[in-house]
Amino acid sequence: MDRIPELYLSFLGILKTGAIAQPLFSAFGEESLFVRLENAGTRAIITQKKHLQKVRKIRGKLPHLEYVIIVDEMKPADLATGEVLFSLDNATPVENFDICPTRAETPSVLHYTSGTTGQPKGVKHVHYSLISQYLTSKWILDIRDDDIYWCTADPGWVTGTSYGIIGPWSLGVTQCVLDTGFSAQAWYRFAEKNRVTVWYSAPTAIRSLMKAGDEIVKSFDLSSLRHLASVGEPLNSEAVIWSEKVFGKPFHDTFWQTETGSIMITNFPGMKIKPGSMGRTFPGITGTVLDPSTYKPYPDHGRAGLIAFRPGWPAMMRAYWNNDEKYREKFVNGWYLSGDRASIDGEGYYWFIGRDDDVINTGGHLVSPFEVESALLEHPAVAESAVTSKPDEINMEVVKAFITLKPGHTPNPDLELDIMNFIRKRLSPLAMPQAVEFMDRLPKTRSGKIMRRVLHAKEWGEEIGDIYTLEND
Amino acid sequence: MEAMNINEMKELILNYVVKEYIDDDVKITCETPLISSGYVDSFSMVSLLVFLENRFKIKIPPSKATPEAFDSVNSIVALVNQYLKQ
Repeated sequence: MDRIPELYLSFLGILKTGAIAQPLFSAFGEESLFVRLENAGTRAIITQKKHLQKVRKIRGKLPHLEYVIIVDEMKPADLATGEVLFSLDNATPVENFDICPTRAETPSVLHYTSGTTGQPKGVKHVHYSLISQYLTSKWILDIRDDDIYWCTADPGWVTGTSYGIIGPWSLGVTQCVLDTGFSAQAWYRFAEKNRVTVWYSAPTAIRSLMKAGDEIVKSFDLSSLRHLASVGEPLNSEAVIWSEKVFGKPFHDTFWQTETGSIMITNFPGMKIKPGSMGRTFPGITGTVLDPSTYKPYPDHGRAGLIAFRPGWPAMMRAYWNNDEKYREKFVNGWYLSGDRASIDGEGYYWFIGRDDDVINTGGHLVSPFEVESALLEHPAVAESAVTSKPDEINMEVVKAFITLKPGHTPNPDLELDIMNFIRKRLSPLAMPQAVEFMDRLPKTRSGKIMRRVLHAKEWGEEIGDIYTLEND
Repeated sequence: MEAMNINEMKELILNYVVKEYIDDDVKITCETPLISSGYVDSFSMVSLLVFLENRFKIKIPPSKATPEAFDSVNSIVALVNQYLKQ
């Protein structure tokens, strides 16, 4: 569903029935939907008429999917078997509803996240997460009773549920939701009109606002803004300095993941902000940077390593759905491995360096190169593909595809566009390669494995490094 | 590329936008906001840019490919026209 009232009400309703809510981004294409619904064994989906065709295309391959609930007006005669209409306006109110009694460890939310290899993994959270989300909403986002809160994230992603539904509403705060695409003017107008006081957004959006210029900010009364925070990817120092200049207050960077369920490293109110730093661990969280060769914390500060946390905080994931092996791989020497790299300075501030794997963080959303490469191979012209990231001013990095073509196909701009649109519809706009480069051959090891890191280094202007295993020309 | 008048250009771009980005039951016009209304997201905007560059044999600099410039078929036509004249 898009960000309509039915999405928020049904999320809470699913939790009250004792079922697990599985948020799905409304812009997902049929393949992205299918792998997530199939893996989860989802029994019911709530959607809108506009997204129904995607669901119908894959329904035959989903034996577990019993119900498709459509929250729009439709002629009953147009419904297929198992499809049910629900109208919020016309529904009969339920007088008595027995809320399913839950315990701390009762499963609550299943968000899917992408990894380097394999299909997306379902991250299982439990009702106990509420404790983390409540505390961090209160102490980090600084939400108070009289605030008007705006979280710009879509509930198809974890920020949109942890801090777009659960955290703020556990505090009883009023929040507003804007269900439109990005436009600096529309966003400022929305903040002005609703007298937003706490704003939780993303670096990509902040950089887009920066690009729109300082003058436009002056046309709006944004004096209601009291606290600004950011999540999704590292917030560059320029964005922090810019927001102090134009809003009179900085954006506070926060770091966490689908797996952590709540904010782990942060700049909280009252703390000295070092622009460009992720901040410090939230009180109660034990974090460190591990030596990648020993998986032990560095004895001194300033060294680059793996960001890791001691397990046990309430919102920590409890499993990867049907994938115990991958779940166990996330813990070494009693530490949860985040998959991100950073260093810690002498005052305990973390400084982000990058991912520890090939996953692409584009605009705060993780995209699996494997998933895109697999989908590319389904295009009739594509023989081989390798996917990596390329730098991007707004989204930090975007997807780039390197492709060799099957015999009978020749590189041309229309084919490039066709491939882009193919992935956009099959997976999602986020996964669509923003650039396609046709190659005669891909760099491979002598054993035939594609050397993605060679292509990555080329895009980022980095040293290619050791290529002794590269296939000879 | 063969010469095209403004109306033909509008029709061509509108048809492409409808075909690629708009749901079946939604009707849009040349004035309909595309980006700010969420019909076309900022990631998909890149594919629309590639379409325009391919179809009209132009190069639009990234600094000019803004959400505002792509927010309606009319504004897109105005943008394309600037580069066709160069």
